[in-house]
Order: sequence, then structure tokens, then C-alpha cells
Amino acid sequence: MDILSWDGTLSSTDFSLAARSFADRWKRFNPSFPPWSWVACKKQPWIASREVDEYLSLENICLLILSEEDHGEESGTVEEESSCSKEEEPIDTATLVPSGDGEVHYYDFHVVYSASYRVPVLYFRAYCSSGQPLALDEIEKDLPSCSAKVLLESKWTFITQEEHPYLNRPWYKLHPCGTSEWMKLLFLGDTRHTKSGVKFEQYLVSWFSVVGQVVGLRIPSEMLNDSN
Amino acid sequence: MHMEAQKYVWEGAIPLQIHLHESEVTTLPPPPPTLILAPRIGYLPLLVGLIRPYFSSALPPGVDTVWFEYKGLPLKWYIPTGVLFDLLCPEPERPWNLTVHFRGYPGNVLIPCEGEDSVKWSFINSLKEAAYIINGNCKNVMNMSQSDQAELWRSVMNGSLEGYLRVSSKLKLVTIEDEYSMKMNFSSKSQQGNGETNVAGQPKTGRIPVRLYVWSVSEDFDDLEDAPNIDSWDKVSFINRPVEIHVEKGKFFTLHDAVKMLLPSFFSDNPLISDESPKVDRVDKTEMSSDDTSNNKGRENLSEHVKSSSTTRNAEIKLVRIQGIEPKLEIPFSWVVNNLMNPDHFLHIYICVKVPEANTT
Repeated sequence: MDILSWDGTLSSTDFSLAARSFADRWKRFNPSFPPWSWVACKKQPWIASREVDEYLSLENICLLILSEEDHGEESGTVEEESSCSKEEEPIDTATLVPSGDGEVHYYDFHVVYSASYRVPVLYFRAYCSSGQPLALDEIEKDLPSCSAKVLLESKWTFITQEEHPYLNRPWYKLHPCGTSEWMKLLFLGDTRHTKSGVKFEQYLVSWFSVVGQVVGLRIPSEMLNDSN
Repeated sequence: MHMEAQKYVWEGAIPLQIHLHESEVTTLPPPPPTLILAPRIGYLPLLVGLIRPYFSSALPPGVDTVWFEYKGLPLKWYIPTGVLFDLLCPEPERPWNLTVHFRGYPGNVLIPCEGEDSVKWSFINSLKEAAYIINGNCKNVMNMSQSDQAELWRSVMNGSLEGYLRVSSKLKLVTIEDEYSMKMNFSSKSQQGNGETNVAGQPKTGRIPVRLYVWSVSEDFDDLEDAPNIDSWDKVSFINRPVEIHVEKGKFFTLHDAVKMLLPSFFSDNPLISDESPKVDRVDKTEMSSDDTSNNKGRENLSEHVKSSSTTRNAEIKLVRIQGIEPKLEIPFSWVVNNLMNPDHFLHIYICVKVPEANTT
């Protein structure tokens, strides 16, 4: 598709394609990190449709706090990532988050396709080792400082608790209403898309390079630049 | 004006009989249940201010975290009250006996509710989603002035259709023209009060915001009275998928066409929809929906889809209910959308499906 006539969205079929490509690359460039899995939802077969009822899942992650490295550099992308990941222990890229009370916080992330917005949406939940779910104000302390700031300013339109579309349970959701616009901008600045049309396999990698930062997950720049 | 049906929807209310949960009764005798009218288009937490005075003196000490329950099932507050009633009472129960809790919010199954603000923003986010589906962006909702936003919300809270239309018309959320009413104008058997058609209402897009609630039952029942209770939300599938309409010249896109598009597996083998649905010659253009345009990559999903559809051989749609009525499936979908949608611009459709026992695990 020609990028100028593209509206920044993707179809469910392209989502499923992009999700697999994202998971593959993640495994390749983030070998020390747990892999994303592609989960078929338990929706009953008699209401199955041609739309994908599957999502990407990354669970039991101890979130790496990046807020100290952020220095308010909110638009910064993944430049520091390569150096940062080298410093980490190979087994344990996911550094434990010691919160104020010395408690470790675990995060589950799901990437779900929204048929309304025609873009991926990040859902997440957090809990401590006892399994007790964390409230948003506790999560806020784990988030990079720029996210915590937006959260404060836009209480109802940035991250809210909503029902997980497949699990019917309250999860936190990153609002997707601006996604298509910034995705188009992101692709417009990338010659791989401007020269020979939009490459949907790249969609989730680019998308996650932005969305991941909100929750303190970064992706290596090699992964972002990889075209295969 | 063709607003008659819309007015009925806005004036629709469900008589509730609210009981305080026994575990929260600290007085003797326990407070009697209270009766209250709940607007169909409203939300349960908005009633708390009216209900609390009846029970406050009986409550144990503590902070209020109000939630409602029907036959043991905690009610999702962000679903409009009318939709909850249609979904949970296949055979309407009047008054509808609900239990209120002021303590012990079940945060593991219900989204937290901070009172009116939570409800308002849930509504606005839903409206935003609808706007995005219709217009491809939600600028009109995002850029709404503070006073318009407040007026819009107030009109929903007070059930004021006029106030609502005054503000919502600015949002330019026209989905499809009601071609049914238009045609009625030209035909001699013109419906009473059907005189005006909104000229500004040019169809911009064929994407219609729909929230579908599918309840699968394995037990067969002939009478709705004998329908089993929904004792767990896991028995309900929430399908949030816009309907892409295709209007053919000289043909109506019907409610049946829309249901078929939302639940294609019911229609892949043979027409499984119950007897009521007429066999009308229709052009099925669902195959051409933009997502699948001859895309090789789609094959994998499609083959899965075909496989799963064989399990639906004995599945049957028992009931399609919108705003408390069971519309004939041959009604033009445009009429249904324009008249029966909720103020969040979503059409909430409840469908009860009887599924073969073998597949209910």
C-alpha cells in the first residue's frame, strides 16, 4: 500500500501477520528475555469468525525501571537500549523491581487487536508475588516518570481499567485512539515504507517501540532496523 | 419526524426492586426493599444517590463501594441497564429484583467504579470509540467543549433526548441514512409522522458501531421462562466488532444481514437461523469485506474458520433482542441503528444461541 493513502491502521489479518513477525524478532534480538506467545482465545467455536481471536502475551515479567535513565527525554527512542542490554546479566534482563516495601512486582502484557480502532492495543495487569493485584497508584510508581506524569494529567483517557476483551476481567488498557495517527507519522519517517509501500510486518515492532516505553519495556534498535 | 422510536427508547425504564444484601444488614428489622425506576439507557451506579438513603442506617461501619448483583452474578456497571436486563432476564421479570452491596467490592471481576465520574468517562470513551468507527477518527469527541461535554452527559443522565440531540448533532456521527424511512416517504402508505429526513445525513461510511452479547446455552428450552440463569459472565461472549454495511441498489441491508456478518459461522453451512427468519434472496457481500481481500495470509485463519463452523451444525439462534424488543430480522438495519442505538452511538444487540451439548465444555 502506498504510504500517502494509508491511514495508519491495519486489518486483523495483517495484525496476526505482524504479531508473529514481532514475536519472532523479539526472540531473535532479545534472547535473554522471555518470549511472547501467540494465544488463541477461548472464545467458543460456534461464534468464531474470520476475524482473529488471538493475541500476543508476555507474562510474569518483573518490570525493568527505566525512569532514571529517562531524564525527561520523552521522545527518545531506543538508542540507549543496546548499551543498556549489554550491561545486564544474560539470564536476567528483566531486573527485579524492588518497590518501596521491598516487594517484587510482576506484569502481564497482552497485545490485542481492536476491530474498532483497527490497531493493536496494549492490555496489562500487575501483581505482587502473593498474587495480590496492584492498584493503579502502585503501578504508577513502577512506570517511567514521563508515563506517570501523563497518567496524572489524563486520568480517564490514557490508562484506564477496562475489561479484557477475551478474559472478561479487569485489566489496564492503554487508550488506542491516537495510535493510527502516530503510526502513520512513524512510518512516514522511515524510508523502508516511503520507498516501496507500507510493510505491515514492521507494524508491531514500530508500534511497540513507542508503546513499550510507556510501561518501561524497550526493544533493541537492531530489532527496529531489521527488515527481514 | 422519525424520532418516535428513539423517544420510546429514551423513555424506556425498568422497575427495580432493590434489596440490601443480608450480610450488610445490621438493624432489626432489616430495611425493606425499595422500588425505583431505572432508565434503560442509564447505568446502575447512577442510581446510588437515590438508593443509599433507604439503606444507609442499616449498614455496617466502613466506606461505601457500591455494586449490584442479580441471582449471585455481580453486574457489570458499564453495560447500560436496559442491556443488562435484556441479557439476564430472557423472560422479563418485573419488578427486577436486584441486590445492592455497599461493602466488599469484587474487584477481581468488576472494573472499579468511582461513582458518576467513572460512568461518565466510560460513556465518553465508548462514544469516542463509536466516533472512530464511524469517521475514522475521534476528533469531534475529543474537541468537544467542556460545556458541550457536560450538557451531553447531563442529557444522558436526565434522559433528555432534545438536549442530547442538540449536542450530539455537532459530533457528526451519521452512519447510514435511514433509507427505510425515506422510502416510506415516497410510497403512498406513508407512516404517520415520517415526514422529515435529515438532508445533512449523507452516508459517510458503512461502519456501524455494534456491541454484541452472545449467550450460549446448552440446555434446550421452548419457553423463555424455562431458560436457565446466567450464573457466570464466562457464559457470555462480548463481541465488539463494527458491522460493515454494503447497500445494494434496490436492496435493503437487513438486521439479518448484520447478524450474519457478526456471526458468520452460523451461516456457513446452512441457514441455521430459527424459523422466523424469512429466506430472502440476498447478495452476500461479506466475502468482500476489506480485511480479507484475496489475501493469501488470510488462508490460515479461514481454514480454521471452516473447521470450527462444522461444530455449529446444530447451533441455533434462539433470540435476538435490542432495547427490550425482538425485532423481525428482515427490518432494514439502518432503521434499527438509527432508532435503537444507545446514546454512546453503539447498537447493543443481545443474541441467545442454543449450542450442541458436546461442545459446551
